[in-house]
Amino acid sequence: MTVLVDISHRLGDFSLDVRFESAGRLTALFGPSGSGKTTLINMIAGLIRPGKGRIEVDGRVLVDTGAGIFVPKHKRRIGMVFQDARLFPHMSVASNLRYGRWFTPATERYAEMDAVVELLGIGPLLDRRPAKLSGGEKQRVAIGRALLASPRLLLMDEPLASLDEARKAEILPYIERLRDETKIPIVYVSHSVAEVARLASDVVTLAQGNVIASGPTEAVMQRLDLLPAEERGEGGAVLDTKVLRHDEIFGMTVLGSAAGEIRVPRLAMKTGARVRIRIRARDVMIATEKPTGLSALNILPGTIVAINPGEGATVEVGIDCNGATVLARITEQSRQGLKLQLGGKVFAVVKTVSFDRANTGAGLPVEADG
Amino acid sequence: MTWLLDLTPDEWNAVRLSIKVATVAMLASLPPGILIALLLARGQFWGKTLLNGLVHLPLILPPVVTGYLLLLTFGKRGPAGAFLAEHFGIVFSFRWTGAALACGVMGFPLMVRAIRLSIEAVDRKMEAAAGTLGANPYWVFATITLPLILPGLIAGAILSFAKAMGEFGATITFVSNIPNETQTLPSAIYTFTQVPGGDEGALRLTLISIVISMAALVASEVLARRVGRRMDIE
Repeated sequence: MTVLVDISHRLGDFSLDVRFESAGRLTALFGPSGSGKTTLINMIAGLIRPGKGRIEVDGRVLVDTGAGIFVPKHKRRIGMVFQDARLFPHMSVASNLRYGRWFTPATERYAEMDAVVELLGIGPLLDRRPAKLSGGEKQRVAIGRALLASPRLLLMDEPLASLDEARKAEILPYIERLRDETKIPIVYVSHSVAEVARLASDVVTLAQGNVIASGPTEAVMQRLDLLPAEERGEGGAVLDTKVLRHDEIFGMTVLGSAAGEIRVPRLAMKTGARVRIRIRARDVMIATEKPTGLSALNILPGTIVAINPGEGATVEVGIDCNGATVLARITEQSRQGLKLQLGGKVFAVVKTVSFDRANTGAGLPVEADG
Repeated sequence: MTWLLDLTPDEWNAVRLSIKVATVAMLASLPPGILIALLLARGQFWGKTLLNGLVHLPLILPPVVTGYLLLLTFGKRGPAGAFLAEHFGIVFSFRWTGAALACGVMGFPLMVRAIRLSIEAVDRKMEAAAGTLGANPYWVFATITLPLILPGLIAGAILSFAKAMGEFGATITFVSNIPNETQTLPSAIYTFTQVPGGDEGALRLTLISIVISMAALVASEVLARRVGRRMDIE
C-alpha cells in the first residue's frame, strides 16, 4: 500500500511543490503552520483540486491533471478525520457512525460496527447527541465514523490540535491501537514533535510548501535543524525499546534498547511490550569518561558520528550507541572544552526524570503526571 | 360568543377556500423556493443580481400591479396561461388555482429570504465531511443540508402561508372576487364592508382570520423549537 503525491499548486503568494511516496503504516506530514500540510491532505481527500500533478493511492490514480483525471471525494473511499471533528449535529452518535456505511458497496465493507466501537471505547456514547460530547469523545467518534466507511486510506488532519493535554493523552492510545491493530494505512498531519515521534512510522517534513526531508521516523527526527523553530526544544532521538522489567521499589521501568538499558519512570505496560521513546537532545549530557558520583541513571557509551552547528551558541552532537543514534544539544564552549571530535568515544547521560508522558509511549499512569 | 361560530355557508366557504389556497400556495412554492434560495445563496453566475431583483419584485411592487401582470401572463389570453391551458389543462383565470398562484407569488420573496438565510448559515465543512464518507452531492443535500436548514424552511413556509392568508390586492385583480371560487377571507371581508349591515359578518371573519394567523404562528414556533432541540447545535 503506497501513497504517491506529486503536485504543484499556487495560491496567491503561496506555492506548494511537493513530491513524496510513502508505504508506511502511519505517515506523518510534519511541519509548522503555513507549510502546506493541511492543503496537501485536503488534496488527497479530494476537497481541494491541485493546480497540477498526480495523486495515487494504492496504485489507483485519484488525480492526474495531465490526463484530466479528478476522482470526486465521494468516490475516493478515503476516510478523513478533521481537526474540528465535524460530527453531524442533527444525528445521534450511532447515526453518525453508520453514515458512511450506507455509501460503501457491501462487498467492500470490512469495518464492523462492534469492533470499531470497542476499539475506540465509544459504546456508552452511542445514544448521545454530538453536542453532549467532550472534545476527546467527539474526536473518537469522528475516527470511528471515518473507519466505518471502510476506507482504503485514513487521513487525520491534526486530530489532537484543538484538545488540551489531558484529552490528547486520552486519544493517543486509541490512535496507536488503530495503527497497530487495523490494516488501514494512515496519513497524519501534525506540527507536534511529540505526536510524530510517538505515532509515525514514516515522516514527510514540509516547510514553506516544500518537502525538506522524508523517510523513516527515526532517521528524519535526527535532523534537529529541520524542526520548526518553536518545536526545536522538543527534538531528539527516537528509539524503539522493549519493556525488560519493572523496578517496583523505586517505581521505575527498565527498557531494553540497542543503546543499552534505559530507566524511565514506571510505565503501566506489560513486560515485553514495545515502547517508542524520545530522548530530547536538550536532556542529554555528554561525558568523555564514565561518570561516577552522578545522579543520572542512564549512561550510554557511544561514538560521536555527527557534530552540527545548532542555534546560537549550541552544537548538536550525534552519538552512535551500538547502532542507535542519540542526539545531544550542548554549548559550543562545552564542545571545545571537552575537545569533542568525530569518532570520539563518549558517554551520553540522560536523567530518568527527563522522561514524561509526552516522550514515552502510552500508559504512564495519570498520577505520575504531577 | 355563539354568533362568532354562526357562520353562513358562504362565510364557511370563504374560510375553507382561504386555508386551501394558502396551503396550496405554500406547498407549491417550497420546491422552487428551495431551488432559488440555493442558487442565490451558493450560485456564482451571471445575472444573479437580476434574479434576486425579480424574486423580490412582488415585495416592492403595488399588489395590484403584480395581479395585473399575472393577468397579462397567466390569463386566458396570456402566453403562459394559454400554453398551460392547451397542453396541461391548467387554468388559472377566475379559478381558485389562480388565487393560489397570486398568493404564492406574493409570498415567494418572504419564503426565499428565510430559506436563503438558513442555507447561508449551514457549515459547508459538514457537507465536505459527508462527501469524504461517500455521499454524492444529492445525498449530501438530502441528509445534511436539508435537515440543517429545516428551521429556515419552516419559517419560510409559515411566512408564505401567513402572507397568502392576508393577500388581497393581487388576488382580486387577477381572479376577481367570486364567492365559492376565488373569494378568500380578505375578499369576503372587503365585500361585507361594501354592503349596509355587513359589519357583523366582517367582524366574524376578521376574528377568524386572527385566530388562523395566530395558530399558524404558534405552530411554527412549536415546530421550530422541536427541531432546534433535536439538533442541539452548540
